[in-house]
Formats: sequence, structure tokens, C-alpha cells
Amino acid sequence: MSKFKKKKSGDLPAVNTASLPDIVFMLLFFFMVATVMRQNTLMVQNKLPFADQVEKLDKKDLIMYIYAGKPSQRYQAKYGTEARIQLNDKFASVEEVQKFIYAERESKREELIPYLTTALKVDEETNMGLVSDIKQELRKAEALKINYTTVVGDAQQNVD
Amino acid sequence: MAKRSAPEVNAGSMADIAFLLLIFFLVTTTIETDSGISRKLPQWQPEDVEPPIIKQRNIFTVEVNSNNQLLVEEEEMELSELREAAVKFLDNGAGTGDEACSFCQGAKDPASSVNPQKAIISLMNNRGTEYGTYIAVQNELVAAYNQLRDREAQRMYGTTFKQMEKNYNDAGFNGDKDALKEKIDVIQNMIPQKLSEAEPKS
Repeated sequence: MSKFKKKKSGDLPAVNTASLPDIVFMLLFFFMVATVMRQNTLMVQNKLPFADQVEKLDKKDLIMYIYAGKPSQRYQAKYGTEARIQLNDKFASVEEVQKFIYAERESKREELIPYLTTALKVDEETNMGLVSDIKQELRKAEALKINYTTVVGDAQQNVD
Repeated sequence: MAKRSAPEVNAGSMADIAFLLLIFFLVTTTIETDSGISRKLPQWQPEDVEPPIIKQRNIFTVEVNSNNQLLVEEEEMELSELREAAVKFLDNGAGTGDEACSFCQGAKDPASSVNPQKAIISLMNNRGTEYGTYIAVQNELVAAYNQLRDREAQRMYGTTFKQMEKNYNDAGFNGDKDALKEKIDVIQNMIPQKLSEAEPKS
């Protein structure tokens, strides 16, 4: 018998899966890069209202988020059920909104400051009193560009 | 002695591990962007500034009370009728001479607005109004403006205002952006969004 035996040619060779990890890793890296983790942990209920005349908010780094609503279930024992403002990761009073805006401005590059937008993520059951207090503070801080963040849908659903 | 090669590490499970991570990131990814109604707040002003005098006929008052009920021009109204009423007011165009409105198709009611450029919608809400209702009202009023802008853009340039703005913000749009910006400005000047918000009553 010869040492160099010819392979049988009739058998189907197994599909080579050696490159499968590479492909999966490629996808993995894509999603790792594209993932935006939630910046803030929500401490308030945040069921956004519906609207259909909306504009998109691109450029996430130019947006300052202000949340408002009733404290979530697990904070209700401590903070009650009165609607509150959340800035970054903690509850705040109305007076702190201005400080928050100044601090956010400080952290941005100077040429970007005129493009900063404040996104108000307010629960739909909140009373307007709180919202207009926030708006007054924003006016004092000269953060005039605001956006009421909504869910795209028929606005009639807010009323029913 | 026979030469032995080092045994290969079995990498068969690498794919499994990578899949696990992949699925984790797939699930946690949120690519969607936020959207909402953009508004510009007025400058902060000291209390003692005299407000400019505006003719009553050019003001469209919308009030929302703490029970989320609408009072439009002293009459109760359902939210679904608000858009139509606002369009009717803005598009009235009863002005003559300097204040004439060349493109208005409204009823030219002498008790209503003279020109979209003069017409002001005044929105007043109560501190107890629900935010959802407030957004719904804002949405209807913005929709009224957009409806008129779309109509005029369609008449003058054969495309909707929305489409023009979309093209303008689209980085991949290959057309004359300066000309487009000019067209947008023309429409915005014809029908400016004059939405004034009073401080809420408690």
C-alpha cells in the first residue's frame, strides 16, 4: 500500500465553520459600538404623551434631559406620590434646574452651547403647574430651546 | 520517539460564547431616537414691561381648565375640533390695504384675524391641567400651522413644507440647499408660528 493514500472523493466534505466565530464577533462589535446604554436610571413614572407633529432629536450629546413625574413604585414610600423632577440620577427641586443647566453647559464645548436643547420627559399625568415652573426656570437660565418628548401617535389618546 | 504536536485547543464553543454576548447586546440596543414637539421659550423679562397692544380680533384664545376642558374664544370645544377652528382663524384673511392677505382662502370674517402674520394664538392653562392634555392641544395648534404651511408650499413650490424641511435636514440630499432654505424662510414668513403662552392660573 502506498503511504499517500488518495482521499475518497465520493464523500461530501463537512462545511468549514471555522470562520463562524469571526462573523459573530464582527456583529458583536457592531452592536457593542451601536448600543447606547440608558444614561439615567429612571426614578419617576414616565409614560410620555402622544403627538404626531413631531420633530426628531438627533445629536444625543446636545440634549439635556429633565424628567418629571410621580416617583416610581419603589420610591413612593420615601418620596410620596407627589410629582417630582429628576435631574441626572436624583430627585431635585425646582430651584435646582438652573444649577443643572449651568453645570451641563460647563461640561460642553463652548461652540456647541447655542445648540443645546432641553428635552422635557414628563409623565402625561403630571400637572402643568410643575411643568410651567420648570419652564420659568429654563427661561431664567436662558435655555430657551426645548422639546417636549412624546411618543408618536394620535394626540386624541391623551385625552381619552 | 515519535514527534508529537501540541494538542489543539478546541475552539468550537467560541461561537457559542460570542453568540451569547451578541444576543445580550442585541437585546439592550436602542437605536431609536427621541422625538417630540420643539418649542422656543420667550426670553425672560422683568415683570414691569408693558405688553404690546394687540387687537382683540387677532387673538385666538385657547384656555384649558383643571378638568382638561377646552374653552376656545369663550366657547366650549372638543379637542378634535380645535385644529379646524385654528386653521379657520389663521386663514381668515379679512385684512385690507397693508394688512391684506394675498393667499388666504378663509371666510374673511371681519371679527376674525386680518392676516396670518398678525394672528396670534394665545394658550392659557391652569396649574391643574394634565400634561397629556396640554401636549394634545399644542399638537393640534402646531398641526394647524403645518396644514397651512403645507398648503402654501404645495401651491407655490409643488411640494409639502414637511418634505422641504426633511430634505433640508437630510445630509444626503443632493439639491440646492440654499435655495431650499430660502423657500422655507418664505413660507415661515408667510405663516409664522405665533403661539403665545400665558403663565398658568392657579
